[in-house]
Amino acid sequence: MSGGYVAQQLINGLILGSMYALVAIGFSMIYGIIRLINFAHGDVVMIGAFVTLGLAQVVGVPFPLVAVAALATGAAMGIIIERGAFRPMRGAPQVTGFIASLAVSIMLQNLGILILTGQPRNFAFPDYLQKVIRVGAVSFRVIDLCIMLSALVLMCGLIFLVQKTRLGMAMRATAENLDVARLMGININRTIMATFALGSCLAGISGLMWGGKFGQIDPLLGFVPGLKSFVAAVIGGVGSIPGAILGGYILGLSEVLFVGLLPPIYSAYRDAFVFSTLILILLLMPNGLLGKRMEERA
Amino acid sequence: MGRQRNKLMFPAFIVLGVVFVLVARHTLNDYILSIINFVGIYIILAVSLNITNGFTGLFSLGHPGFMAIGGYVTAILTFPAGRKSMLLPDMPAWLAGIETPFFPALLIGGVCASITALFVGVPVLRLRGHYLAVATMGFLIIVQVLIINMESLTRGPLGLNGLPLFTNLWWVFPWVVVTLYVSWKIKFSSYGRSMLAVRENEMAAQCLGVNLFRTRIVSFAIGAFFAGVAGGLWAHLVSAITPGSFSLILAFNIVVMVVVGGSGSISGSFIAGILFTMLTEVFRPLEESLDMYGLGEVLMALVLIVILIFRPGGLFGSREPGFLIHNEK
Amino acid sequence: MLSIEDIHVYRGRTYVLKGISLRVEYGQIVALLGANGAGKTTTLRTISGLLRPNEGRILYGTEPNRKKIDISRIAPEEIVRMGISHCPEGRGVFSELSVKENLMVGAYLRNDKPAVLKDYDRVCEMFPILKKRPNQAAGSMSGGEQMMLALGRSLMSHPKLLILDEPSLGLAPNLVDMIFDMLARINTEGVTMLLVEQNAVMGLHLAHRAYVLEIGRVILSGTSKDLACDEAVQKAYLGGR
Repeated sequence: MSGGYVAQQLINGLILGSMYALVAIGFSMIYGIIRLINFAHGDVVMIGAFVTLGLAQVVGVPFPLVAVAALATGAAMGIIIERGAFRPMRGAPQVTGFIASLAVSIMLQNLGILILTGQPRNFAFPDYLQKVIRVGAVSFRVIDLCIMLSALVLMCGLIFLVQKTRLGMAMRATAENLDVARLMGININRTIMATFALGSCLAGISGLMWGGKFGQIDPLLGFVPGLKSFVAAVIGGVGSIPGAILGGYILGLSEVLFVGLLPPIYSAYRDAFVFSTLILILLLMPNGLLGKRMEERA
Repeated sequence: MGRQRNKLMFPAFIVLGVVFVLVARHTLNDYILSIINFVGIYIILAVSLNITNGFTGLFSLGHPGFMAIGGYVTAILTFPAGRKSMLLPDMPAWLAGIETPFFPALLIGGVCASITALFVGVPVLRLRGHYLAVATMGFLIIVQVLIINMESLTRGPLGLNGLPLFTNLWWVFPWVVVTLYVSWKIKFSSYGRSMLAVRENEMAAQCLGVNLFRTRIVSFAIGAFFAGVAGGLWAHLVSAITPGSFSLILAFNIVVMVVVGGSGSISGSFIAGILFTMLTEVFRPLEESLDMYGLGEVLMALVLIVILIFRPGGLFGSREPGFLIHNEK
Repeated sequence: MLSIEDIHVYRGRTYVLKGISLRVEYGQIVALLGANGAGKTTTLRTISGLLRPNEGRILYGTEPNRKKIDISRIAPEEIVRMGISHCPEGRGVFSELSVKENLMVGAYLRNDKPAVLKDYDRVCEMFPILKKRPNQAAGSMSGGEQMMLALGRSLMSHPKLLILDEPSLGLAPNLVDMIFDMLARINTEGVTMLLVEQNAVMGLHLAHRAYVLEIGRVILSGTSKDLACDEAVQKAYLGGR
C-alpha cells in the first residue's frame, strides 16, 4: 500500500470528517442546552441539500448565494423543530423527547418522499468547482477544498461566537444551569431557539456539501449521516463543541481508513462497525473524549 | 388487598376468540383474513414491546432486530431441504439437511431471539434513557448489516422467498393468547410489580432490594422471544423475508402503538395494534391511488407528537380497563 | 418594598407554601428562618419568578412613593430587570465560565457599559480575590471564593432588592463572619435584603426583622431582637438557654 494511497485516504477522510463535524456540532450544542437528542438534525441536512438544489437548478440562483440560502434554511428548520417538537416537551422525561424527535425525523423524511418522491436527484455544481487539483499522488476537486475550508471557517466562527459574544455567554450559562441563567435575566426561550438556529444552520450547509461530495440526494439522505454525526458527537463528548469537531474528524477518518485499508470483504460491515463503536463508547466512555460530566436534566 | 382478575374473563375471551376464528375463516375472503392475521401479529409485537419498554421503562428500538432473527431462523428451518441446497448452496451441510415443522421452528426462532437478547442485553442494558434507545437502534442496524452479509445463510439482500404459507388464524390466535396471558401474568405478579417499581423510581426500587439488572434482562429477553415468534409468523404469512422488512420504521411503528395504547397497558397495546393495522390497510390503497406515498407515515408521526404533547399516557395510561380487573374490596 | 400576601405554592404535587405573608421594608434586612423543608427556598424561588403561586400576590415597589405591582406571575427575566437579584442556594456559580464572565453575566441585562465596569471594579475591591485570576474557571474555586463570586455577581445587576439563599452554607465560621460583614456594608449602601438562613444566630444578628417558617407557614415574626429573646426560638433554633 503506497504512501500516496494512504495520503489520498487521509484527504478523503478529512473531507468526510469536515461534514460530520459540522453536523455533530449542532447535535452537541442542542444536547448541551436541553439535554435531548435531536433526531431530526440529520434531516435538516437533507432539507438543506434539497433547498439548495432547487434554488440552484430550478431558480438559477448563483452559487455563493445558494450557500447563504443553505445556512438560512438550516436555521429556519432548527427554529421550527424547536418550537414545534421540543418546546412542548420541556419537562417531560428524556425518552419522550427522544421519541418526539424521532417522530419529527420520520415525518420530515416522509414529507420529502411525498413531495419529492424517493427518486435520487443529481446534484450538479458549476464547472469551476468540479475541476480536479493534483498535489503529488493526491487528487481532489475544487469543491472538496471549498468544503474543507468553509467548514473550518464556520467552525472558527461558531467558536468565536460561543466564547466571545453575549449570546454565546448566555448559551453557555443556560447549558450549565438553566434556572440560575434565568436568575441572571437571560431569556432562556430565546437562547435555546438561537442554539437550535445556529446548530441547524451548520447542518443546512452540510446538506449543500453532501450534495456536492456525493452527487446524488434523496429524501432519506439525512438518516445515516445524522446518526453517524451523533456517533461523532458522542465520541468527542456530547455537549462539547471542540469534542464534536474532534469526533467528526475521527469518525470521518476511521470510516474512510476502515474501507480503504481493510480487504474489501469488510467494507460492507462499515456501518455495523460504526454502531458497534457507538455502543462501546456509550458503555465505556460515555463522556467521550472531551466531554464533561452532565447531570440528567428532566 | 389486591387486584384479582375476574376469573371468568380469560376463558370467555378464548372461547369468543375460537368462535371468531371459526366464523371468520368460513365467511371472510382471503384478503380480509390476511389483514386479521396482521392484526394478530402486530398485537403480539405491541404487547411484547410493552413487556420490555412499558413495564420497566426501558426503551428499546431493537424489536425488529429480534423479529428478523426469529423470522430468518424459522424460515431456514422450515425451508424444504431440497430447495435449501438450491437457493443457498453455501449453507453448511448440517443446516441444509434440516427441515422442521412450523411449531418447533417458531419456538427455536423465538429462543434464538431470546438468547441474542441476553447477550446483547448484558452490556447494553446498563445504559439508560435515550442512550439505551440509540444503542438498541445501533443493534438493529448491526443485525441488518449482518443479515445482508451472511449470504450463505440468508441469501443477503435478496432474502428468502417462496416460504411455505403456514401462517393462518389457527396459528396466530393461540400465539396472541399466549402473549397476552404471559404479559398479564407478569404484570400482575410480584415480579411484574417489581418491574413497574423499577420504572417508577429506580432508586427506591433498589432500596427495596429489587434486582434492577436481572429484572431488565429478563423483560428484555421475554419481549425478544415473542418478537422472534412474531417474525416467524410474519415470514410465513408473507411468504418472503428480506433484510429490509425489519427496519427502523417498523420499530417506530411499534413504539407508536405502545405509546398510543398506553405504555404499560396490555389492553392499550391490544387496541392500538388493531387500530394501527386497520389504518395501514386504509392508507395503503389510498397512497397508491393518489400517488402520495408516505402520507400514512407522516400522519402517524403527527399523531404521535400530538399524543406526546397532550396525552402522553396514551389511551389507557398503564392501567387496564375496570371490567377486566375485579377489585377484591 | 416587598409584600407577599398569602401565597400558596405547589412544587409538582406537593403543597409546600400554605399561605405565606411577609413584608420587607425599604432599606431593611429581613431574615427568613426555619428548619429544612420549611419552604424557605421555595419562597425565594417564587419571588424571583422561577415558581408561580396558585393563589396570592407578591407586591413590589422599587421606590417608596411608586405604585406597587404584582410580580407573582411575571417571568424571571422581567423580575431581574425590576431590580431584584437572587443569589441562589449553593451559590449557583457557572463553573464552566471564568470568574470575570460570571460577574459579567450578572450584568447581562444592563446596557450602560461604563457603569457596569465601575460596578465590576467595586465588586473586585470588595472581594479582592476575584481580581487575582479573572480568567480562572469558576468551578475550580473554593467554597468561600465561590460565595464571594456569587455575591459579587448578584451585585453586578445593581439590584435594589437582594435575596440570598443560605449564604453561610458550607463555609468556615471566619468566612461566614466576613460575608455577613460585607452584607451589612452593602445594606448601608442602600440595598434592601431578604435572606434565608439556617444559621439562626447569624441571621438574627444581621437582620432587622425576621420571620420563622415551619412546614409552609409563618409561625413567628417580629424584630430580630424580640425573636432572639423568644423562648421558643431559642430552644428550637438558637441552641437553648
